[in-house]
Amino acid sequence: MTDQSVTFTLNGQQREAAADPRMHLGDFLRHSLGLTGTHIGCEHGVCGACTVIVDGSPVRSCLMLAVQIDGGTVETVESLGKPGDLSPLQKAFSANHGLQCGFCTPGMLMTLEAFLRTTPAPTEEDVRVAISGNICRCTGYQGIVQAALDTASAKANRT
Amino acid sequence: MSGRLFGAAITRVEDARLLTGTGHYVDDIELPGMLHAAFVRANFAHGRIRSIDKGDALAMPGVVAIYTMDDFADIAQGPMPAMAPHPLLKTPITYHPLSDAEVRHVGEAIAIVLADNRANAEDAAAAVMLDVEYLPAVSDVVLARVANSPTTHSQYASNIAATMKAGFGDCSKVFAKADHVLTEHFDIHRGGCHAMECRGVVANIDLLTDALTISTSSQSPYMVRRHLAAYLKRDENGIRVMTPDVGGGFGPKANVYAEEFAVALAAIKIRRPVKWIEDRQEHFVATTQQRGQIWSLDVAFDNDGRMRAISGHCIHDNGAYAPYGLILPATAIASFPGPYALEALDLTVDVVLTNLVPTSPVRGACRPNVAFLLERLADRIARHLGIDRQDVRQRSFVKADQMPYTTGMKARDGSPISYDSGDYVGALNLVLEKIGASDFETRRKEAKRRGKLRGLGIASCVEDTGLGPFEGASIRVTPAGRVIVATGASSQGQGHRTAFAQIAADALGVELDDVTVETADTAKFPLGISTIASRIAVTAGSSVQLAADKVRAKAITFASHQLEVDEQDLELEAGAVHVKGIPDMKIKLSEIAGALAGSTGVPLPGNMEPDLAATAYFNSNALTFAYGANACEVEIDPETGDIRVVRYVVVHDCGKLINPLIVDGQIRGGVVHGIGNALFERMIYDEQGQPLTTTYGDYLLPMASEMPPIEIHHMETPSPRNPIGVKGAGEGGTIPAAACVISAVEDALGPNGPFISAHPISPQQVVQWLEVAR
Amino acid sequence: MKAPPFQYHRPQTREELSALLSSLENAKILAGGQSLMPMMNLRVLAPEHLIDINRISDLAGIRETADGIEIGAMTRQADVLSSDIVKARIPLLIRALEHVGHIQTRARGTIGGSCCHLDPSAEQPAMCAALDAELIVTGPEGRRIVPISEWFEGLLQSALGEQEFLEAIRIKPWAKGHGYGFAEYARRHGDFAVAGGAAMIKAGNDGRITRAALLSFGVEASPRRLSDAEVALIGQPIDKLDIEPVVTEARALDAMEDVHVTAGYRRHLAGVLIRRALHEACTTLERQP
Repeated sequence: MTDQSVTFTLNGQQREAAADPRMHLGDFLRHSLGLTGTHIGCEHGVCGACTVIVDGSPVRSCLMLAVQIDGGTVETVESLGKPGDLSPLQKAFSANHGLQCGFCTPGMLMTLEAFLRTTPAPTEEDVRVAISGNICRCTGYQGIVQAALDTASAKANRT
Repeated sequence: MSGRLFGAAITRVEDARLLTGTGHYVDDIELPGMLHAAFVRANFAHGRIRSIDKGDALAMPGVVAIYTMDDFADIAQGPMPAMAPHPLLKTPITYHPLSDAEVRHVGEAIAIVLADNRANAEDAAAAVMLDVEYLPAVSDVVLARVANSPTTHSQYASNIAATMKAGFGDCSKVFAKADHVLTEHFDIHRGGCHAMECRGVVANIDLLTDALTISTSSQSPYMVRRHLAAYLKRDENGIRVMTPDVGGGFGPKANVYAEEFAVALAAIKIRRPVKWIEDRQEHFVATTQQRGQIWSLDVAFDNDGRMRAISGHCIHDNGAYAPYGLILPATAIASFPGPYALEALDLTVDVVLTNLVPTSPVRGACRPNVAFLLERLADRIARHLGIDRQDVRQRSFVKADQMPYTTGMKARDGSPISYDSGDYVGALNLVLEKIGASDFETRRKEAKRRGKLRGLGIASCVEDTGLGPFEGASIRVTPAGRVIVATGASSQGQGHRTAFAQIAADALGVELDDVTVETADTAKFPLGISTIASRIAVTAGSSVQLAADKVRAKAITFASHQLEVDEQDLELEAGAVHVKGIPDMKIKLSEIAGALAGSTGVPLPGNMEPDLAATAYFNSNALTFAYGANACEVEIDPETGDIRVVRYVVVHDCGKLINPLIVDGQIRGGVVHGIGNALFERMIYDEQGQPLTTTYGDYLLPMASEMPPIEIHHMETPSPRNPIGVKGAGEGGTIPAAACVISAVEDALGPNGPFISAHPISPQQVVQWLEVAR
Repeated sequence: MKAPPFQYHRPQTREELSALLSSLENAKILAGGQSLMPMMNLRVLAPEHLIDINRISDLAGIRETADGIEIGAMTRQADVLSSDIVKARIPLLIRALEHVGHIQTRARGTIGGSCCHLDPSAEQPAMCAALDAELIVTGPEGRRIVPISEWFEGLLQSALGEQEFLEAIRIKPWAKGHGYGFAEYARRHGDFAVAGGAAMIKAGNDGRITRAALLSFGVEASPRRLSDAEVALIGQPIDKLDIEPVVTEARALDAMEDVHVTAGYRRHLAGVLIRRALHEACTTLERQP
């Protein structure tokens, strides 16, 4: 199929690139744009590893076509903090050992990043439900849940 | 061992990269001219391929080549080498890199398609036409063992690949004398692996030097190099195998896989880089699976509940090939007698081939199976005698004052196996105290008022860790003062870089930031075994300590020459060797490293060997035995059968903790894996060997919403068997977890409920059990 | 697991969509993509044409009309879930949507997509059945209104014609104060339900039921109203309900079995869950003074 041009905002910057219509957004970000922070875990919409934020909402990038993003806004893990300048959520993941192999981590971060914007004071149960569409095989989830709770309460204390 | 950093719960040095999307996994590799591979895989469980028609597929967009095994005949041929040869396996039962005509399970790779992108490669793979003579498939392991069963491999007369026997004492005598004997049958169902990163390989051939470079998502890069070198008849020096960041291993990535060979062969043939990334559908049919076994056990015990002897038979579902030899069934045998002091044991394991995906160790290998068997038997005995479950255990366990305890079992070299240290009764008592077993009945009553059935489960285990033969490490201090640690131990998320840096930094008196750890690149360290079997802290961790000790000694020797002070009057601290009591009289490590790196025409002091560096291996000749006691509480909805684990407490002893944060993470992840085995994960095949649960909608992994918080308490009994006093921690969470959950479910179902002898269990079964009990 | 090739079409208006549907063979409509995309990645489906209707802006949105509340087919589940109108007027739908998938799938998944895909366990078409919804469908012959009772034509099969598209779902809300209840059983949060039930009731001043809707879903190939039991409930005092006919009818359904569960267990759950849903409906019912 002929590639189609896609213009969109990626992590705050305008981008234009061509995509084969059958390419999903996750592959497009990784292989066409070189943003390999987003990971592909199952490609059938269950594991959540590929979660990115599209137009403000967390979505599974394996279930969206790259061409659908034309005119839209995408935030990936690369939009959060950098090594040496981690975001509060990233710091909390490290402090609570909320990651081991790191493969599910970008999807977890982007899911929770979006979730905490709309739910600033979640309960433990809220957090567990929020990430119920993200599989982690390493951590047993506890460190991830605690990281989200710590991030929320730290933010509440600051404001 | 303990120091400034050893033993501290510091955050991991790995985290910053992995949290910012700057990790580097195999699918992140892009090389100029790289081709993308997809495999043509069997959609039938057993058959002989008469012919393969690539014609239409070759003409499809983007397709560059399609290879079958025949196309590699000028490079290499025959079956792959056996990873772990075993005398009972008369002929190795290994794959060919691509099928050699007879296909023995759904998912076996038949041809490799190379194209400009993965989507085009998949299109072409679907268009390759196979002419197949279908053969009867063997799916049920019990039927497979029967004499007149069709065979998994048409050239074999039987599906029994090997019969393994082990034991000690005289079972018939103990059974004759014991007060009671019970017989029970157990069914432990097959599951999958499901690291979140599937497997993947990138192979590249250097057109000038013909050197082969492989990046692979593997737990065993050195095995890949060794076996590939043997298969390709190339020198090991001409093959570099690297593991980039690996997104979880959990056992199956320890195998050397047919795809690793096929991708390497394809790259050699086409003389371009080739990438293959396993997708999740492939993972369900081409990555090894776990521990399906059928057991029949007789147990002899006395009136007080003391377990005295066990005699048992196992039908082990091996799957279609034995890439890892008999390692998996061997771990079943090696896990006996667990924490129990038995007078006699008699085990027979029939390793049975089926036309299903091969099995190999998955987190815990068959140790969770045996923990399930032993703990179920302990509960069964208590129920039979009408005594407390913990009494059976306390009366049957090896006692702390019996350590080191010779179990009666023999290691592979014939030496007696002995538990090095531990207090199994103490651990059980502690976990019962921590969960509040004494007031559990209050919680049971409260749950009953809410319409829920609450149960308390307990399970203990002993885990052999630190499996030999060795791992090694080299440490080099650069003239800039950086400490470079290189080890053959590969990492899949365990935080090795942090743990090894803690050990090295302490030993060399430097800061964590001064240390760089490089893992599992055959160009950077010469030898490695595998990251499996909770062995890396013991083997590689000890080798880092030994290498650091050598570097430290060398630095002191140099300083002794330079400062003209006796070695015993020197100490290493804060990155410098100084004279005891005179901190200013010092030489920095960087200065020593610079001097030992040599300067043209200047002899080294004391004729010392150049380079502030050392290599050390730790030969782990005697296993170290970690152990744990778990307790959990479940609540059952008697109407839907829903089972919810509401509390989970672990008491764990893995000797000295290098980093408690990391150890706790290992345990928690392991427990959740075990809860998955107990309640969720079931890999189902039909009678023709077709897998029926090949999506995450059908194969249920444990999710955050159903998992409990997990409380951990450590006992720290140092192992006397290695220089840092550690025992392994990678699998201790998983091993007793399924047993513990099932024990709690059985307790919740009450005295009229069933004896639960299988897992995973389902809500549907719970409803059926409650109907029967009513 | 890459989707097979297809021609991609992105109509901006209903008219363009109609024209494409009339002219293309072997076409599939891409709505939220949360069922279609996995099936394409798994290569279970390979349409020649994919018609993306995400840019037809007037297919999304929730509005109150004289004939009821119209929910545009392309309204995302997350938007239905946060809609004040739906919260106030169709609380049953909110209860059900809390069980639909996960935060990421609700952000994309649409109510219309679910109602056209018709997974037997899907909550949204089931709630439409409980609420006697009407489906507003547009085709070459113009617009037609399909009552939900005529929408289900079998497993994964709706009454939508090949050249038609679903415009909106119209629901006549029950009067304020009605009782509503929902119960489902899924192995994990957000999984497709093994079975489920929904109940709505209205009572008169005397505390007796004047109107009832009872529904089981995930049990048969399509959601099923328990019509006999609905009739049997009329006139019963809500504080002394005879619930047995309800449970009996649910347990007599022609339940599906699959690799995970038996028909018997599904029937059992149907009985348990309709009872729970009805109990909940009794507790949410606002008694008239």
